[in-house]
Amino acid sequence: MSGYPESMQESLNLVKKTRPKRVELARKGLKIFNALTMEEREEVLSKYHPDYQPDSKKIIRLGPNKNEKLTARIVDILESHSRINPDDIDLSNPDFDVDILIIGGGGAGAEAAIWAMRQGAKRILLATKLRIGDANSMMSQGGMQAAVNPHDSPVIHYLDVIGGGHFENKPELVKILTSEAPMIAKFLSHLGVMWDREKDGHLQTKPGGGTSRRRLLSSRDYTGAEIMRTLRDEVKSHPDIITVLEYSPAIELLTDEEGRVAGALLMQSETGEYIIVRAKSTVITTGGFGRLHIKGFPTTNHYGATADGLVLAYRVGAKLRDMDTVQFHPTGAAYPEQVLGFLITEKVRGLGGQPVNKFGELFVFPLEPRDVEASTFIRECAEGRGVKTPTGRVGIWLDSPVIEEISGPGTIEKQLPAMLRQFHRFDIDIRKEPMLVYPTLHYQNGGIEINGRTETNIPNLFVAGEASGGVHGKNRLMGNSILDYNVFGRRAGIYAAENALKNNIGKKLSLEHVRKWEKELRDAGIETKKISPILFPDYRNFELIKKHRKELDPFVGFALTGWQE
Amino acid sequence: MREESEKGEKKPTKEKRIPVFIMGQKYEVPEGFTILNAIEYAGYQLKRGVGCREGFCGACATVYRLPGDYKLRGGLACQTVVQPGMYITQIPFTPAQKATYDIEKLKPDVTTFQKFYPEVFRCLGCNACSKVCPQELDVMGYIQAIMRGDIQMAANMSFDCIMCGLCTMRCPAEMAQYNIAILARRLYGRYLSPKSEFLEVRLKEIEEGKFEEQFKEIMSLSKEELRKRYVERDINFKIT
Repeated sequence: MSGYPESMQESLNLVKKTRPKRVELARKGLKIFNALTMEEREEVLSKYHPDYQPDSKKIIRLGPNKNEKLTARIVDILESHSRINPDDIDLSNPDFDVDILIIGGGGAGAEAAIWAMRQGAKRILLATKLRIGDANSMMSQGGMQAAVNPHDSPVIHYLDVIGGGHFENKPELVKILTSEAPMIAKFLSHLGVMWDREKDGHLQTKPGGGTSRRRLLSSRDYTGAEIMRTLRDEVKSHPDIITVLEYSPAIELLTDEEGRVAGALLMQSETGEYIIVRAKSTVITTGGFGRLHIKGFPTTNHYGATADGLVLAYRVGAKLRDMDTVQFHPTGAAYPEQVLGFLITEKVRGLGGQPVNKFGELFVFPLEPRDVEASTFIRECAEGRGVKTPTGRVGIWLDSPVIEEISGPGTIEKQLPAMLRQFHRFDIDIRKEPMLVYPTLHYQNGGIEINGRTETNIPNLFVAGEASGGVHGKNRLMGNSILDYNVFGRRAGIYAAENALKNNIGKKLSLEHVRKWEKELRDAGIETKKISPILFPDYRNFELIKKHRKELDPFVGFALTGWQE
Repeated sequence: MREESEKGEKKPTKEKRIPVFIMGQKYEVPEGFTILNAIEYAGYQLKRGVGCREGFCGACATVYRLPGDYKLRGGLACQTVVQPGMYITQIPFTPAQKATYDIEKLKPDVTTFQKFYPEVFRCLGCNACSKVCPQELDVMGYIQAIMRGDIQMAANMSFDCIMCGLCTMRCPAEMAQYNIAILARRLYGRYLSPKSEFLEVRLKEIEEGKFEEQFKEIMSLSKEELRKRYVERDINFKIT
């Protein structure tokens, strides 16, 4: 029985018809489709990638990146008021006085906490908006890149990363990323992460988009979950040193009299209680921006991915970089409607899964870098070779049954249990039928600029993981986000702990930078009701919220429609 | 994306509404929605009990009953489609024991569980845990494997656990299966799984600076030279 409606059956039959030939190509080890040249890549990107559309960027009018062009939605969220009036808040009695404050409880935050502890820090506070582990880190499926094979090396990995990032990455950071990857693989294994291994214990490796070697380590297709839950378990095993404060997002950073970062103002999300934290080092690990639904795209991201850290850091004067590109994952679910945008791991293609159009034809090398691959999917759909769903969406097929034809029955159950389960819930058996996919908003390529010590241009402020900028240039490769948050989360913990040993903050806490920010907004002539960070997206039924009201709270309906102004 | 402007295309038909009860209160929500969509559609902006929305994080554990059915069922709000007359309550938090330990100092055998989670051995074999598991894991099976000291089996059987806590809420022996399971997996990963010999070689190479010269060379290239190097690089998925 098919899990797809009648209207999609004609195309499904074509996919079935072309499958044997495609399987034969793959079996012979031939390239099933030629990779694009650099010129062809440029062409498809400029024509079809959402970043290249004329309305995708605008100029920011204030702050450290003033007069630069950034992604439009990011400019909106940055050119906003603070949630608080500094005059209303008494900072004289902090609730916490700690060595290190970590804002964000995902992978980078957990790594930072563990390594700050290992470095000897005794008072670590990890504050997070939802629960520890509620993060994109938990959701990444495919794997982590590390050059752990004899015919691979950190230098080969380096070249792949730089090329994938359009040669705009900070070389210093890429060298660290690729050189420390094997060490991270071992560290995680020591914590108890169950990597997929060969019989002799050698780490299993798979190809990924934009890689030139087999380099992707995995834990079935729960790689992110396996690592995140292990890191979480480790953090929770040391409550005497690491205090975890859940449901407590930061709403502003705090400084001392000299403008050095000295902690943060948190707000308990349900009770509204303000929590003042004084800290010698502050680490931002708040992740990315998927829930801002840039250009109206659905997203693979966690509910909490609203770019909070970006807003906080920018207001205190931290510089951003590469905030003009957005990563769209080529394979977001386009059917059924309930799981729209949800991530279908790149591992499907790593295992031999093939993207085909509505005629069942191959149209792209399955492992191009993500921006290129996604652009070709958009092209197929824009030129009428996509498959329509009953709700009027369009996508292309990701043919998964070929995986078992190539590698034998049972491969999908063993290698893609999460995918198998997710689609089974909607009566689609991905061993027998393909998945319908369309690019989905996936990753913040840039962020707050860091150096190799994860320092920003503001004293005492460190950043790691997706919130940071420079590692991935203009486009991240698959398997480098898990690697990024482990490598730089660890470094943030170590260097933040080192920094905390210095007598580095004044006694008095301040929100002066917020006053300055408000003045800058006025001086730039920006009149707006917008307030940020938004903390939560809003998926309520908008009609219901509007009913009988003349005036709306500025956050209402944010995620779906942008601010109500 | 939704193609709105295309000529002649039929607009999606207006969705059918069905009644559901969220914490006892009745709401009409579109058919085919997940429980999570339905709660939001009803007007709630969640600050708890919501997470990845893709079935990986275990934040949205939910229990429900269907009309005319005595069974209390469990599921993830983001993965379960609403049915007419469904009574829904979220369980955003599970009070549960979590042992604290130093993984470096543990023994990968049954004594560790006797020490940290002695309640494991109170298992009644009722299988309520497996029945409620939204991942359809054999929860009781892995608990029994732990009782037998088979940590490898417990680690593999529990691997897809997302730690939502529903098993714990149902267990008459009052154990926190999901915390017990992660200890089993960590013990297996740390002590019992085979180790990679080559990884040690590679780590030594890096430590000894084997790649420093190559890095120096590649990092000295101009953007144009680097681009050329990238385009001409050998892509080979056959060798390892």
